[in-house]
Amino acid sequence: MKCSKCKGRASIELRRHHVAYCKPDYLEFFDNQVERAIHKQRMFKPDDRIMVGVSGGKDSLTLWDFLLRMEYDVTALHIHLGIGEYSNHSHSTTVKFAEERGAPLITVDLAEQYGMGVPELSQAIRRVPCSGCGLSKRYILNKEAYDRDFTVVAMGHNLDDEAATLMGNVLHWEMGALARQSPSLPTNREKLIKRVKPLYTVTEREVAANAILRGIEYVEEECPNSVGARSIMYKNALDQIETQSPGTKHAFFSIFLDRIRPVMEAAQEDFELRECDICGQATTGAVCAFCRMWENAHRKATENPQRVQQGKDAQEPSVEKLPVQP
Amino acid sequence: MKVIIRNPRRRELEVEGSRRVDALIKELDLNPEQVLVIRDDDLLTRDVMIRNDDTVEIVSAISGGTQ
Repeated sequence: MKCSKCKGRASIELRRHHVAYCKPDYLEFFDNQVERAIHKQRMFKPDDRIMVGVSGGKDSLTLWDFLLRMEYDVTALHIHLGIGEYSNHSHSTTVKFAEERGAPLITVDLAEQYGMGVPELSQAIRRVPCSGCGLSKRYILNKEAYDRDFTVVAMGHNLDDEAATLMGNVLHWEMGALARQSPSLPTNREKLIKRVKPLYTVTEREVAANAILRGIEYVEEECPNSVGARSIMYKNALDQIETQSPGTKHAFFSIFLDRIRPVMEAAQEDFELRECDICGQATTGAVCAFCRMWENAHRKATENPQRVQQGKDAQEPSVEKLPVQP
Repeated sequence: MKVIIRNPRRRELEVEGSRRVDALIKELDLNPEQVLVIRDDDLLTRDVMIRNDDTVEIVSAISGGTQ
């Protein structure tokens, strides 16, 4: 197969675009796709201070690498989730990436800062690990960005992530979630930092190709808690369709964004936000969901310490952290 | 040929004979939208012939859970 641009040997075929590219032309195409998405959704400007959430996987490292190469003012935040060897490997991979590029990195250790890692939290609140994990990551990213005067939070969600989330929201008619699902959520609320997803137009396979061709060393293993996750089920279903009908995932999400979401957003009732009585972050009730969850977890751990092995006892030897950026 | 499936669980397979990338992916019951095939640090398109004495690696691009 030949490169659609230079006619040299192609490295990757993109059936949904009816093109194939050699390595240099693909990397240029990928950068253009991401830059275009940033501009189309007015995600950020050169003078914005960006905090990028980095897990150590291909998506977040690709985004961080892109933002550094384009010379945006970017700092990464990594959350050590306390999920055994998986979290240790994710952390060491992220630190290595930062050190090789001299890039600023902040690490928050969930067990150290909040008393439990994800496994112990899950045991305490008797919910699937992804539930507490997702809420914790969203909250901590926003809080750290707000406390450190960042203007934008950037996440590595790709087209497959967004299409799978949309599919789940549609199948369960989650009206509130549908109205909020966007690659760029600007905020006019104090303490809620603007949240953007610059990779939302590129597929997971395209992101992986970019990472491999650029030599980005990322964590290939899956989070042990993601086995059987609904998101993977939806991705598999969408990719079955995509194989027969290339471009379906993009159409599904982009038409939703252009035609459906604006209607749903307009129909949403406005709601009052106030400060959480415990942490001061923005919430609709007296206490935010994050503080409620952690209060519940610590209460359960105190009532029944045998059931919940406290994170600080369970965690691996303490990980070394890079200096926290001012 | 030697086929190294890198993730989600690393395993190595010996596949007899030469075949195209798309034939190998089909034989391994993988979805071509979810994998990349690597030989000598470069990606291979579906029409490339893999020889019997080649070593290729297959990377799954799909990840799940919360983000």
